[in-house]
Amino acid sequence: MNLGFRPELLWSDALLFLLLAVVVMFAWRSARNEHLRAPWRRVARSRLGMSAAVVLIAYACIGIVDSLHYRPALPATEGQPVQYAAEVRSLLDVLTGELRTRVEDSYSAPFSLHLYSRETVTQPDGSQARVFPRLQHAGVGLADAAAARADIVWRGLRGIALGALGGALVLIVAAFAVGRRLGGWRAGWMAIRCAPECSGLRAGLATLIGLLVLGAIAVQLVPNYHVLGTDKVGTDVFYLSLKSVRTGLLIGTLTTLVTLPLALLLGLAAGYYGGRVDDVIQYLYTTLNSIPGVLLIASAVLVAQVQIELHPELFDTAAARSDLRLVSLCLILGMTSWTGLARLLRAETLKLREMDYIQAARAFGVSRARIIGRHIVPNVAHLVLITVAIDFSGLVLAEAVLSYVGVGVDPVTASWGNMINGARLELAREPMVWWQLSAAFVFMFALVLSANLFADSVRDAFDPRAAGQG
Amino acid sequence: MLNYFIRRVLYALPILIGVNLLTFMLFFVVNTPDNMARIHLGAKYVTPEAIEKWKVEHGYDRPLLYNAGATGMSKLTDTLFVDKSLALFAFDFGAADDGRDIAREIRHRMWPSLAIALPNFLLGLVAYLSFALVMVFFRASYLDLAGVVLCVALMSVSGLFYIIGGQYLVGKLWHLVPVSGFAPGAEMLKFLLLPVLVGVIGGLGDSSRFYRTLFLEEIHKDYVRTARAKGLSERVVLFRHVLGNAMIPILTGAVVVIPRLFLGSLIVESFFGIPGLGSYTIEAIQAQDFAIVRSMVFLGSVLYIVGLLLTDLSYTLVDPRVRLE
Amino acid sequence: MGGALTARSLRVALGPGAQAPCPVDGVDLDIAAGECVVLLGESGCGKSLTALALMRLLPDGLTLVGGRASLGEIDLFALPEQAMRTVRGGRMAMIFQEPMLSLNPVMTIAAQVAEALRVHRDPQAATIGDATARLLDAVGLEVRLGASYPFQLSGGQRQRALIATMLAGEPELLIADEPTTALDVTVQAQILRLLRGLRAARGMSLLLITHDLDVARDMADRVIVMYAGQVVEAADRATLYRQPFHPYTRKLFSVLPSAHARGQRLAAIPGAVPPLGTKHRGCRFAARCDRAFARCHEEAPLLREIGSGHQVRCHLDAGAGAIVTMPAVQTTTAQGIEPASTRLFEVADLQVHFPIRKGLLRRVTGWFKAVDGVDLAIDRGETVALVGESGCGKTTLARAMLRLIPPTHGDIRLEGQSLLALGESALREARARMQIVFQDPFSSLNPRLRVGEILEEGLRSLRLDLDRGQRTARIDELLGKVGLGADAAGRYPHAFSGGQRQRIAIARALAVEPRLLVCDEPTSALDVSVQAQILSLLQDLQAADGLGYLFIAHNLPVVGYLADRIAVMYRGRIVEEGPAPKVMAAPAHPYTQLLLESAPGRGLRAEPPESRSEDGSTGCAFFGRCPKAEPRCATVRPELLPVDDRRVACHLARTER
Repeated sequence: MNLGFRPELLWSDALLFLLLAVVVMFAWRSARNEHLRAPWRRVARSRLGMSAAVVLIAYACIGIVDSLHYRPALPATEGQPVQYAAEVRSLLDVLTGELRTRVEDSYSAPFSLHLYSRETVTQPDGSQARVFPRLQHAGVGLADAAAARADIVWRGLRGIALGALGGALVLIVAAFAVGRRLGGWRAGWMAIRCAPECSGLRAGLATLIGLLVLGAIAVQLVPNYHVLGTDKVGTDVFYLSLKSVRTGLLIGTLTTLVTLPLALLLGLAAGYYGGRVDDVIQYLYTTLNSIPGVLLIASAVLVAQVQIELHPELFDTAAARSDLRLVSLCLILGMTSWTGLARLLRAETLKLREMDYIQAARAFGVSRARIIGRHIVPNVAHLVLITVAIDFSGLVLAEAVLSYVGVGVDPVTASWGNMINGARLELAREPMVWWQLSAAFVFMFALVLSANLFADSVRDAFDPRAAGQG
Repeated sequence: MLNYFIRRVLYALPILIGVNLLTFMLFFVVNTPDNMARIHLGAKYVTPEAIEKWKVEHGYDRPLLYNAGATGMSKLTDTLFVDKSLALFAFDFGAADDGRDIAREIRHRMWPSLAIALPNFLLGLVAYLSFALVMVFFRASYLDLAGVVLCVALMSVSGLFYIIGGQYLVGKLWHLVPVSGFAPGAEMLKFLLLPVLVGVIGGLGDSSRFYRTLFLEEIHKDYVRTARAKGLSERVVLFRHVLGNAMIPILTGAVVVIPRLFLGSLIVESFFGIPGLGSYTIEAIQAQDFAIVRSMVFLGSVLYIVGLLLTDLSYTLVDPRVRLE
Repeated sequence: MGGALTARSLRVALGPGAQAPCPVDGVDLDIAAGECVVLLGESGCGKSLTALALMRLLPDGLTLVGGRASLGEIDLFALPEQAMRTVRGGRMAMIFQEPMLSLNPVMTIAAQVAEALRVHRDPQAATIGDATARLLDAVGLEVRLGASYPFQLSGGQRQRALIATMLAGEPELLIADEPTTALDVTVQAQILRLLRGLRAARGMSLLLITHDLDVARDMADRVIVMYAGQVVEAADRATLYRQPFHPYTRKLFSVLPSAHARGQRLAAIPGAVPPLGTKHRGCRFAARCDRAFARCHEEAPLLREIGSGHQVRCHLDAGAGAIVTMPAVQTTTAQGIEPASTRLFEVADLQVHFPIRKGLLRRVTGWFKAVDGVDLAIDRGETVALVGESGCGKTTLARAMLRLIPPTHGDIRLEGQSLLALGESALREARARMQIVFQDPFSSLNPRLRVGEILEEGLRSLRLDLDRGQRTARIDELLGKVGLGADAAGRYPHAFSGGQRQRIAIARALAVEPRLLVCDEPTSALDVSVQAQILSLLQDLQAADGLGYLFIAHNLPVVGYLADRIAVMYRGRIVEEGPAPKVMAAPAHPYTQLLLESAPGRGLRAEPPESRSEDGSTGCAFFGRCPKAEPRCATVRPELLPVDDRRVACHLARTER
């Protein structure tokens, strides 16, 4: 059977879907368990938290869409089995249409119709002149800059209108959904508008509508302009920024897949068993902590890099290779960053171990494993959740720094770190090439700020001690 | 007390051995000397003889951890691991791939690093504490809220942007100080200003918010109420009582990083062209010079352990409740 | 003499808005110059907040929303904050419940006293030192202790230090918020005596906040009883203790256990103090009042005068107050049972030592002897009380008996079977026969498990013969047994009050049908009205099932009421053991005597001896504090030997006979 493409499951995709499954399981458990449901309800009431959550979900959608990979079939030759392209694409590439292939020669500013630098071109009459060449994929069919301006405004307005329409639809759906329990959409609408317990929902909806408008404007403008300009090799920066979302998200989330089991196992064991076990685990994390973090990561990444280079036969596509490098970076970050959480869990377990309810369980002869599972794990779950939420933004930021140092993701992987690194060298040019840096800044800032705000509201909701302290 | 310190120093030994073993394994078990030779020799000259020759020249011709060919104790001692890491304990770092003496390089480069890191650390501490105190003084007001929002926003910006932005604004737009470079003597100040400023601002969000949380935790304790009940003014309560208690974890927490200041900052130094240990390390990483990286890892661990010791010592100095046993 | 305080209709609200709940709701307060007024009430009735409101030190989130207060001629609530500061710690001062937490941990005592002196006196450095020394002396602290930090002092010394700092401004009015609740009974007596002495010497007035009727009896000129944020009764001490009027006050008296009430059933106040935020219509106590009638539920009573200086917030007629009927007395069935002669539980020469490690190699250089050779036996259906001050090793002993911590030496026998010889699986079987109820009902239930799951835990571990349905049936039965509805099984612990949680903890222990129940201060974290409910429950359970109890307590009245036999513990050893009525009536050991005399409600008669500064390492452990000590007590450790039908570890106990 020939679908015209073959689904491709990269390592990082598999891990991401595993993580999604874990998240869904946790959500399902949360929905059934009052102790998890109540704090989540508090998160849902927090205005900043809900706005941040909407932005995070938007990012997550981009990342997930970008993780559904496939390889297109090559034009078939008779009698031959179907061959597939060496290039791995994702659903995001399909959704963004031509964006991937609309490559210019070099830098161009946002919305510009011309390249950023003069080039010597041969005129039709044979003479040579230094001009700003016209871009191949921007402002097609438009005479000049004035026409382009009018076109941009027109497309922008159309985008706003479409976005507003989408927003109205969202509001109607929300009104019906809320109104279902209150008796009719009118009541739902009134609740969304004024009810104090709907303040989180209100903020979330406002953010969603804002994002819809922005998205609609982008959808209108992107087909005929490089809204964020192009980079050195002429790739659309907007496209690069979107592709970088997946990298940032993966680094922030996959790392926890490594961190969590290690931290939980070692932290709980050290705290509950004490004695020799505690000594060994403490030795382990003091040793790891004593090595300067960046150096440890750098060393490990260098090793992984050499291994990947020495075994080219393992990868049938370039994407698989850079993907493995991404996964190994997550692995290494995870191996080096479990110590903080483990220490926290050890301290908390030491405290919990002396609690009367654990003594009561011991008085029933309940086994240690069962005590840990039933009495300790549920009582440290909030710490784990808070730490994961707080660590996420740190990891996204770390990616940029590591890529700058040269021990981050593969240079061909789209990532904000690589974008910054590439742009940095062009800062000296006059006039400045600012759009690449700005794009990375805005995309990263929005993600990290949302993550920080969301982590804050999660901490406020789950940590009994932080309540009321902001 | 003396006993305590002797025990701590003895405890440091296994940690350092562990650190060495870890770096050693990272590089040799996964990346064999043969591979290293191949990479260093380049594709053209790879012959089995050349590899052997390179290994003998660079001292990589022995087994890694266990020498079956040797007798007695030297089964364990006549190995690459012992050979390469024993020297480290004597702070004999050997030569880098380019032939230069690493120890000398470190001695030269640690001072510029310190010249940046120390002012950065001190000014930062003062700035963060002051900002946190202002927020706490006006707690639960809009000023406090604005401060927290600012902190979260600052935290959400990658450190790279502070450097790039600082370099661009101050250096290029305003032509105040050089964008990068370094010079000894009085000239140095000119070159230090920007990196230190950028460093301080870069840490503002994170640290101030953390200190604010510490202060707020302290301010809700019972003894603060007692202080108020005595009729002390809010200023005295805040500065003498709250600050006095909260400073203990803050200061002792800061002490642990002091020795590490020698290592400098990787990013700041390489961006600003400071010839310190940070940029040395980054160059080594980019050139994949393992000898330097290993030396820096070892040095970093030693300094960290010294930092831990200093932390304990500082506790006994500032906290009457702590007696080291 | 100054310090006259008048407060009218104080209201403190939690949170903003007119609908915000008021933990203090219209409190009037009058303190005459030099008078001691006691503010009495159970936890959560608003007494501490009333005091903090007067000091204008309400915690964040709580605001004063109404009322006036004046100290002497000054209007407290009209003063600007600047001027209020000179009043705070100056004309009026306040000491708090937790002396450890209420002193700055990193400042010396002298510095903390001097700090207050500088604010309120002439800030001349030269005289501050002398003034500090005088203050320390006034509160009975040796002046050299001024150089100490709070962590180096004992609880009583810390409270004295706190008092010294608060005396610095020579206050006219001292507010003491549960100043002795965290302290041992002997120390409590010292601090109360100190407060009484200071009040007389300095002519200040005292506002003492307490939940303890006996403390109030010892200290008060006038008593103001609070309930749910309001004053329900105010009278001078004599009137209140002779003729309490308000049903709540009267109930408070009747729920107090004491040796005199032995064998009688304690009266009970059903329910608990209404939680904050409850909407009240009518009298706030009506729901728990056994004399409430229709009007009580409709119309909120006003505070009215029924005698000279005797005010009551109640609709009942004044005439009713004249007839004070003590509650009807019932004899519990438990008393009827002859103690069975069979031995249920026995420990012999039990020791629990913890190593003290020192030096380079962390070698064990000594042992802390938490439990140092205890012999104790409990018969079936018997209640043995273990009494002692904090740190005497009673909790360690209890946990070692259940093998929750390993004993160092000795033997533990449950129904004749030695527990120390048992392996894991045999021990599990034995665990079904002995269970424990802990002190703190908040930390003894896992907040993440439903009550049903909590009760099921023991059954799943020890009763493998039961299937799911049988377990559910057993849980329902247990909940009924401790007076909770079956619907409780589906809820989480946080939905229950302290008393209800303690019922759940008892049900959990009973799930596996133990023969012995160790109760580690099961009521000391509870209000007196709830304490009575729990004690009654324990008695009923014993009557029904013939359980043996080891009841650990520091509260002598509770022990005198409940126990068949009392064992008094001091520094890891039992110093006296015998039938409860005899021990309570005629204590043989000087330590037991001291404990009994220190108990509040006896007018703080006995003056405790000065402690001698030496240890009883070779001799009697109590030598340092013993008023009757002889030379041999310092060198020869007395054995716990039988004297008549009790055992006493004192040289004098035998020579007196």
